[in-house]
This record gives sequence, C-alpha cells and structure tokens, in this order.
Amino acid sequence: MTWQGWALIVVFVGILLALTKPMGLWLHALYEGRRTPLHVVLGPVERGFYKLAGIDPTVEQSWRRYAVHMLLFNVALLLFTYAILRLQAFLPLNASGMPGIAPDGAFNIATSFTTNTNWQWYSGEVALSNLSQMLGLTIHNFLSAATGIALAFALFRGFARREAGSIGNFWADCTRITLYLLLPICVIYSVYLIAAGVPQTLTQQVAATTMEGARQTISMGPIASQEAIKMLGTNGGGFLNANSAHPFENPDALTNLIQMLSIFAIGFGLTWCFGKTVGNTKQGWAILSAMLVLFLAGVTVTYWQEAAGNPILHQLGVAGGNMEGKEVRFGVAASSLFAVVTTAASCGAVNAMHDSFTALGGMIPLFNIQLGEVVVGGVGAGIYGFLLFAILAVFVAGLMVGRTPEYVGKKIEGREVKLAVLAIAILPLVILGFTAIASVLPAGLAGPLNKGPHGFSEILYAFTSAVGNNGSAFAGITSGTQFYNGMLGVAMWLGRFFVIVPMLAIAGSLAAKKYTPETAGSFPTTGPLWVGLLVGTILILGGLTFLPSLALGPIADHLAMIGGTLS
Amino acid sequence: MARTASLFTADLLLPAAGDSFRKLDPRQLIRNPVMFVTACVAALLTVLLFVGNDTLSLGFKVQLVLWLWLTVLFGTFAEALAEGRGKAQAASLRATKADLTAKRVKGSGTESIAAGALKMGDVVLVETGDLIPADGEVIEGVASVNEAAITGESAPVIREAGGDRSAVTAGTRVISDWVRVRVTVNPGQGFLDRMIALVEGAERQKTPNEIALTILLVGLTIIFLIAVGTIPAFASYAGGAIPIAILAALLITLIPTTIAALLSAIGIAGMDRLVRFNVLAKSGRAVEAAGDIDTLLLDKTGTITVGDRQASEFRAVTGVNVLELAEAALLASLADETPEGRSIVALARARDRFEVTTTELPEGAEVVPFTAQTRISGVKFGATLIQKGAVDSILKANPGIGDTPAAAELRRATDEIARAGMTPLAVAKNGRILGAVALKDVVKAGIRERFGELRRMGIRTVMITGDNPLTAAAIAAEAGVDDFLAQATPEDKLALIRREQACGKLVAMCGDGTNDAPALAQADVGVAMNTGTQAAREAGNMVDLDSDPTKLIEIVGLGKQLLMTRGSLTTFSVANDIAKYFAIIPAMFAVLYPGLSVLNVMGLASPQSAILSAIIFNALIIPALVPLALKGVKYRPIGAGPLLRRNLAIFGLGGVIVPFIGIKAIDMIVTTIGLA
Repeated sequence: MTWQGWALIVVFVGILLALTKPMGLWLHALYEGRRTPLHVVLGPVERGFYKLAGIDPTVEQSWRRYAVHMLLFNVALLLFTYAILRLQAFLPLNASGMPGIAPDGAFNIATSFTTNTNWQWYSGEVALSNLSQMLGLTIHNFLSAATGIALAFALFRGFARREAGSIGNFWADCTRITLYLLLPICVIYSVYLIAAGVPQTLTQQVAATTMEGARQTISMGPIASQEAIKMLGTNGGGFLNANSAHPFENPDALTNLIQMLSIFAIGFGLTWCFGKTVGNTKQGWAILSAMLVLFLAGVTVTYWQEAAGNPILHQLGVAGGNMEGKEVRFGVAASSLFAVVTTAASCGAVNAMHDSFTALGGMIPLFNIQLGEVVVGGVGAGIYGFLLFAILAVFVAGLMVGRTPEYVGKKIEGREVKLAVLAIAILPLVILGFTAIASVLPAGLAGPLNKGPHGFSEILYAFTSAVGNNGSAFAGITSGTQFYNGMLGVAMWLGRFFVIVPMLAIAGSLAAKKYTPETAGSFPTTGPLWVGLLVGTILILGGLTFLPSLALGPIADHLAMIGGTLS
Repeated sequence: MARTASLFTADLLLPAAGDSFRKLDPRQLIRNPVMFVTACVAALLTVLLFVGNDTLSLGFKVQLVLWLWLTVLFGTFAEALAEGRGKAQAASLRATKADLTAKRVKGSGTESIAAGALKMGDVVLVETGDLIPADGEVIEGVASVNEAAITGESAPVIREAGGDRSAVTAGTRVISDWVRVRVTVNPGQGFLDRMIALVEGAERQKTPNEIALTILLVGLTIIFLIAVGTIPAFASYAGGAIPIAILAALLITLIPTTIAALLSAIGIAGMDRLVRFNVLAKSGRAVEAAGDIDTLLLDKTGTITVGDRQASEFRAVTGVNVLELAEAALLASLADETPEGRSIVALARARDRFEVTTTELPEGAEVVPFTAQTRISGVKFGATLIQKGAVDSILKANPGIGDTPAAAELRRATDEIARAGMTPLAVAKNGRILGAVALKDVVKAGIRERFGELRRMGIRTVMITGDNPLTAAAIAAEAGVDDFLAQATPEDKLALIRREQACGKLVAMCGDGTNDAPALAQADVGVAMNTGTQAAREAGNMVDLDSDPTKLIEIVGLGKQLLMTRGSLTTFSVANDIAKYFAIIPAMFAVLYPGLSVLNVMGLASPQSAILSAIIFNALIIPALVPLALKGVKYRPIGAGPLLRRNLAIFGLGGVIVPFIGIKAIDMIVTTIGLA
C-alpha cells in the first residue's frame, strides 16, 4: 500500500462528500416536481412526452398502481430489446453483419439490461450491432436507472407523507429523472469522454497495421455516449468486452477517477435527498455514514490484500502486489478502489478482472453484492435496499427503548416487518438456491474454468452478481450456455422485482400511516450509535447467511494460497 | 389475592415441568413456528438414530438429539412457568366465585337461583353477608361492600344507587345494609371471569408487536433454512458430504430459538406484573400501547395535589380586623365537616397566628347548608348571618354590595389568590364583606420529580382541572406539568384527546365517572378506577383495582418494560449467531478443507465437541434467561438515547461476546468429562 493509493481513496471520498448536498438538492427538486432552471429548455419536451403518451403527471398513484405501471413498462422494454436482439441481422446500423442472438442469449441480455444488471455473457464488439447497442441497450441504461430512482422517490414519499393514499406518479418520476438529471449530465459527461479520447462514431471496425506489420481489426462505435450513462446510472454494461479496462472505454487516470465518482454520485445525493424529504438531513447523513463505514472497510481489505499480493509468487521471485488481471495504467490502488466501488454500487463495470484478485481481495466485491448492494448501492436501488435494513434495525433494536419501533416518524409494525423480511430474504434464497443447483448439476459444473474453491467462487459470484443486479463477473466462468443464460436471467428478474414489489407495498403502507412526532422517548436514528447499529444489522442479517458459502469459496481459497497449496 | 412474587418455588416449578411436556402437542407447538421447527428437527434426528447411516458415533448423536429436545422443552417450560404464576392467582379467584347463589327479584319477592344462571337485565337483592353474584349496577339502596377479593384492600367501600359509586363486582361481599343490583353482564363474561381468563393466559392473544416479532423470527428461520439447506450441495461440489445431524445442529443454533422460546413467557409475565400491581388490562394491546404513550392526562385532584385543599391565609378588606374575619370564617365552618371546612377552623385556631378561641357554635345557631344552587354555606344566630362561598355567589346573594369599594378590593384580593394557585372563598357578615379565605392546593411531595422523569421519557403531562385558568396555571407551574386544561368539562377532555391523537400522539388518561366514559374510550390507554361507574369500567381498557390515579405513571413504565424485555432478548438472540457460526462452520467443514480450522477462534477441542458445545449453549441459555424474561428488563427513565446505548451494550455487545465465552466453557467441560 502506498500513500498515493490512500491519497486517491481520500480524494475520491472527499469529492463525493462535497457533491452530496448539491446532488441531493437537485434530486429533491425532481422529487417534489419543482421547476428547475432546465425547465426553460426541457419543460416543453417534458410536456410533449406527456401529451404524446396521454399522461397526466399530476394524477397520483396508489402503490399498487405505481407497481403495476412500473412492471408493465419494464416488461414492455424487455420485449422490445428481446425483439431487437433476435432481429438484429435484419435491422439497420449493422455494418459488420452481426447475426441475430439465440433465444436464451437474447432473453439473458434483455433481462440483464432491464434489471439494471448488465451482466454480459457476450462480447459487445463481436455480437452486437450499433443499433442493438444504442437502441436496444443504451435505452435501458437510462430507463432502468430512472426506474430505480423513481422507486426510491416512491419509498421516500411513503416515509414523508402522512395519511396519504398515494406515492407519486411513476411516469412523471421517470420522465423527470431522465430528462432533468440523467440526460443533461450524460451530454456533458460524453463530451468530456470524447475529449479524453473515447470514440464516438458509427464506424464499427477499423483495420490497422501494427508496428510489427500484422493486420488488426480494431472495434469501435458510439462508445462515449454509452459510457457516460453506464457509470452514472450504475449499469456497468460495457460497449466492449473488456469494459472499463479497455482504453477506448477508460483511457486514463482522470477518466478512471471520474468514472468511479459518477458511479457513486447519485447514490450519495439520494441519501441527502432522503433526509430532506423526511425533514431532517441528519437522517440522510447517518445513512451515508453507515454506508461509508462498510465501504471503507471493504476498500481497506481489498487494497491491503491486493497490495500484499500472492506469497506463492513472492517465493518465485515476483515481488509486489497482485497485478494479474489489472491494467498497468491503473495499478493496484485504483483497481482495488474501482472493484469495491463498482460492487458496492451495483454498477458492475470493471477496470480489472475480479477473478484474478487475491481470494480475500475478491471476496469483498462478492460480499458487497451479497449484502444486497446497500453500500451506496445502485441508483435508487441502493437507498431503498438500505431503508429495508433500516426498518429491520429499528424493529429489532427499537423495542429496547420501550416503544413501538418508529423510523423517521412512522411506526414500524407487522406489515412492514413482513414485507421487509420478504424483500431481504429473496437475496439468500435465490443466490444460495441457484448456486446450490449449479454446483450439483453437470450443466452448472461445466461453467467454471477453475477447480476447487475458486471454481465454486466463480459460480457463487455469477449468481450473486445476477441477483444483486450488479453485472460484474468472476470472468473465469463460461456463462453463455443455455443453462446459465436461463438461470441467471431468472435470477436477475427475481433479484430486481421481487425486492421492488414488497418495497413498494411498504411505501404504500407507510404513506397511509400517521406521523408520530419525535420525542425524548423516541428511538434516536441519527448519531454514531444508530450508524453502528445499522452496520451491525446489515452484517448480521444481510451477511451472516453467506458465511458458509464464503468459507467454502474465497476463504478456503485464501487459506490454500497462504498455505502454499494453491495450484 | 396472592401478591408474593417469588419466581422459583417448588409448587410452581413442578406443575410447570409437567406442563412443559403437555405443551409438546404439535397443535400447541405450531403457534410458535421457531420452536415447531426445532421440534421437527429433533423428531427427524430421533428417527435417524435408528435408520441413519453416517460416520458419526451413536453416542454423539444421542447427545445431540437429547439437547435438541431439551431446547424445545426449555421453551415450553418457560411458557408453562409464566402461566403457572397466573394460574395460582386464578385459582384463588375462582374459589371466590364458586357456589354463588343469587336472590333474583321476582314480583314482590325473590327467588333463589344459581349465580351462573343470571342474565343481563336481571335484578337481584343482596343483603348483609351476601356475596354479590354478578357484575352490575346498584339501582336501589346503599351498602358497604368489602372488595378485598378483587382489590386486596379490606377497608369497605360504599356502593349506592346513582352517581359514580354504583358499580359492584361479582365475588365481593356486602357487609352492611342491602342493595338491589341490576346485572349488567351475561354469564361467563363478568369482570371476575375476564380476570381469571387474563391471569391464566387462556384468552391471551398475540399483541401487535408480538405478531410483528414472530414474523421477523419466522423470516430469520426461513433465511437460515436456506443457508443451511444449500450446504449439502456446496459440500458435494467440494467433494464431501455433511452428516444431517451436523446440519441440524447448525440450523437450530442459528434460528432464533432463544427469543422464540421466551416470547410468550415475556408477554404473560408482562400482564402478570400489571395484575400484581392491581391493574387489570383488558388486552395485551393496551399494555403495549402504555409503553407508547406520548401524552398523559392527569386529573389535578388526587393525582397531582392531595385530594383536599387547605386554608392557608385570611385576607381582610380595609377596615376589617383580620381577627374578625378569622372568627367569622371559623363560625361559618364549624358545622362544615368537609376537609376544607376543617382546615379553615384549624387555621383560625392556629397558635401564634390568630388564636381564635371559639370552639362551639352559639346556642340556637342555625346552620345554612351548602346547596348547589346557592353555592353558599354559613351560619345564623340571633341577628347575625355569616356567609361563606365563592366570590361571585356571595356578591349575588347580597344585592347592592357589588359596587362598594370593599367588593372591588375583594375582587383584587381574590385575583391575587387565584394567581398564586389558590382558591378564594369570600366571607360576609350581615351583608358586609369581611374578606377572603385562601384555600391552597397541596401539590403531592415528589410529584415534580416524577414529571421530570416523564419528560425525560418523552412524555408530555397535561393537568386536567375544573379550576379557573389562573389557579390552574399556578398549580401547573408548581407541579411542573407541561400543560393544563382549566375549567375542563368532559367534552373538553374528549376534544383534547382527539386533538393530541390527530398529531399522531398516543394519549393515556384515567377517570371514574360516567361522563368520563367517552374520553376513556377515546384514549389509547384509558384507566378506569375500580370505584367508578360500570360505564367507565366498560369504556376504559384497563381497570385500576386500587383506584389510584397516580398509577398511570407506573403503568406507562410497565408497558415500556414489556417492550424492552422483548427487544433486548431479540437483540441478544440474534447477536448470538456470530459465535455459533464460528463454533460450527470450522467443525463442519474440517473434513472438506482442514485449513478452515483457523476460523476456530475459540480453540474448541474437536469438531464434535464444538458442535455439541454450541447446541448445549443454545439450549441452556433459555432457562438461564427465564428469570430475566419473567422479571423484565429494568426500565430507567433516562431518555431513549442513553437507554438504547445501555441496552445495546448489554444485550447487543453482550450477545456477541457471551456465547464465545459460554461455548468455550462448555467445550472445556464436555471435553473434560469425555462427552465428545
């Protein structure tokens, strides 16, 4: 570990903390549907959309209606992308003549992008046409992100409203977020990326002669525009297979820093926005603090493990940290930080191969996802997932002050507990259940390239990534099979919407409740004690379940490495 | 009623031990899903003892099965013990109820009928020495009644027709005179029946918080079922197999058996504490609500001030000697047997102040009694008329003096008296104003500190009084309540409760009169005084058998204690899991990856002893916590923040650390005596 490495981490967190309030203020304006300076230009566009679609943005929706509209919208988008992928051979902007994608593969990709997972079994540059990339996938990068933030708004309203029957209007939320938040930032962001050297062209391939005189085909395309939303919307699906490790996606140290910042920017802002909506920004800072504790702990372990390197290689005379699978441009610190950021935030973009991390260094990304990606988390998804844990934390410990537990003025009762448990249980159920299936069936066992505990980690990581809607991979797994395409596709769907529906039901249930004013007898949900309680609850309720699987995967792997028995 | 609170006596423990086996009935067990799962796993392992096929030694498996069954039994035992304590009380209550006969009024006479056959609306005659056969309302007559069977208080109380003292309870004895009582309940639904059902736990329904907690526990159980259920597949990937007995041990230690086993005992014990405190809650929900109270409405008289006002000062108007006033006031009060009247006499005679020596009324004096119409009392002898009463009443009764300078002076004096939190009485002699007597409310000793405590608990206190706002404000300030409602009518009270509730607050109050009934019903916790009317007792959700309104404060504490006990033991139970993982995981996977023994941070002797120690700890912690579950976690009025810090340190941090120590200790014992 070097001081430069730590300096990077400190600067990174420092910039984000400075961004938190401005981003939160902007999000809060959108949450309330207030007029922003951008309305001068984009207001007519927004109204035009509503008129075209026949939507009245002022009509409030109950949680059921909100959920149904959100689901229909996502199913429609999924089918749309599925059709494009299947038919891409016959559609325009396909200069390289890419064939259509097989049903299982197309299902997997469409689900993957709809659910903000962006798990990629394929290599973008050799499988997808520009049309598929731009229309089929980039559209999801915007809309799945907007959906996530809209859902977070819906839950915020549940906490903030009093005796209300509705939690907002899904269409209005989605449109405003896309139009006033994602698009404007992405326009500027893309221009910056182009300036930094990221290609933005409809040319799919360029033939080049290398210095050795060999002929090489270099893939390119409209990368900059997809790259911006890939990060900002915590999507993570790369245009190119190598993702942000590729110089065309992530050319230099500055783009690398900005990409990491953009993964977390909205997530940080949403915590502040939450505090504002419930009338006490300290509530938001408390949540952010708990997230930061978990995040920094993760960064420390990964950076420490990666910098320490592999003792077996040290004995062979290869000194220094673990550089396998890392870009020399970024080095150990920036790669470790990126890996923890991308898995903490449900992004899934990678600038290094997680599979090649040391066992414990790679366990942190895995564990981050298993916790439910509540450490900052995906845009919207992170905060609503976190609030589910907050509900349980308040419930378990809240009774200890001798009152019916309440959080930000809302009593937490049977219905909320039931729904929160339902939403949180889906993660271990699908991750462990599907991993178990894959680790006994021949079709599943055919996937991992490594034997022993590392192979197990690869399977575990794949399902964890899918259910957590992360999308990154321990890439040493052949996942483009019917078995994995199908299983992972279903896992992504369950991991996204089987959390969302109970969460929206909680929003509806909370919105209908009376507000309970805070008194000296109320459970304190700001301050270090609460932060510690949150961290403990997340680790015990969210993390302990996975301990057996981690013991058999990364921990056994690690012990083999330090024991010198790793093949 | 028995009020001794000893926990572990043989006459409680033995029946409870028997009951704990009876409670293994699956139909009863399923009410507690976590314990049901535990029992199922124990049953499965019992069967596998005979048909199973694995590498584990039989001795080890037998021990495992034994401890699993013990885990279940400890749970049922905790519940049986809690119920047993109630049953002992119920038995003594039932004895009172047995063999009651009633004299039902029929035509002009009465007929003898079994009390159990009485229906609502029947009228019964109860005479000296009779037990009252059913709950009802006195419609005729006055009697003194010994209610010791219900309240434990042997001093008789008066029950009479009309007013707020008309309710009678089955099982209490008329010790003088007679009353006719209209029965107000049907058989089996009387107060005594409900009380028996409550203390026995038979009618116990799960309270909202208990239901929510059960859901959480079931959820955790499902999550851990998944976590453990997937291990065989993972192990098969690693090329090995884990014996079912070991998986079962991991499952049972991880699921929250500790809190699940104690949950119903905590609830029963909470109700029981209230009963011992002589308060009957009609539902567990009411007890929980008591812990959530934000606003307490307290009647001034009897709660905040001692019941009776005391004369503290004579204020003569200009030109009147204060001694003349004192003597007149004394004469007007000599026949007044109310505490106020007596206090005026005492003040007038007080040594080194006025030293009025008159001790008897003059010959032929005629007492003018207080009536609700005149609101004046006094005395008349010869040509002298002395009047004493509220200022306005005195002025009204003596037309023409209202405009005199003396009247103006009197008004000023009475305003001052009111502002000081005292109640003024005017005294007039033959139509001439002499001055005023100040009656002082005496605020109960220590009540100010109690309100301070309540404030730290986040509870706002509102004093309810019929006094005028000036007096009320002064008393409120002296007593340290947060707010007051002066010149309160029952409608005002109801409106205040609704207003508080509209802001999301939970309100508690107590009352006894029929006109209190709407407010009692509206309040989240309405404590009716046992001496109150039947209507009040029906409207409230608690009844205080001692009729002591101050108890409202303790009731809130008891509600909080119940919730805290539940929360603390849940936290403890969940926090325990960390140590259990560290005990079992390395032991379980030792055959697959021997290197995982580094996770054996406790240094447990062998995989078998590790598993056995974890399961033994998991079982023994239940009886170890039974006393705490039954007694309740101590509540301290120190505010939520410090309380949380304290309990989190004890039950959260303690919950993490204790099992590490406990499992290690058990491991050493198990290894030493060669069990594993």
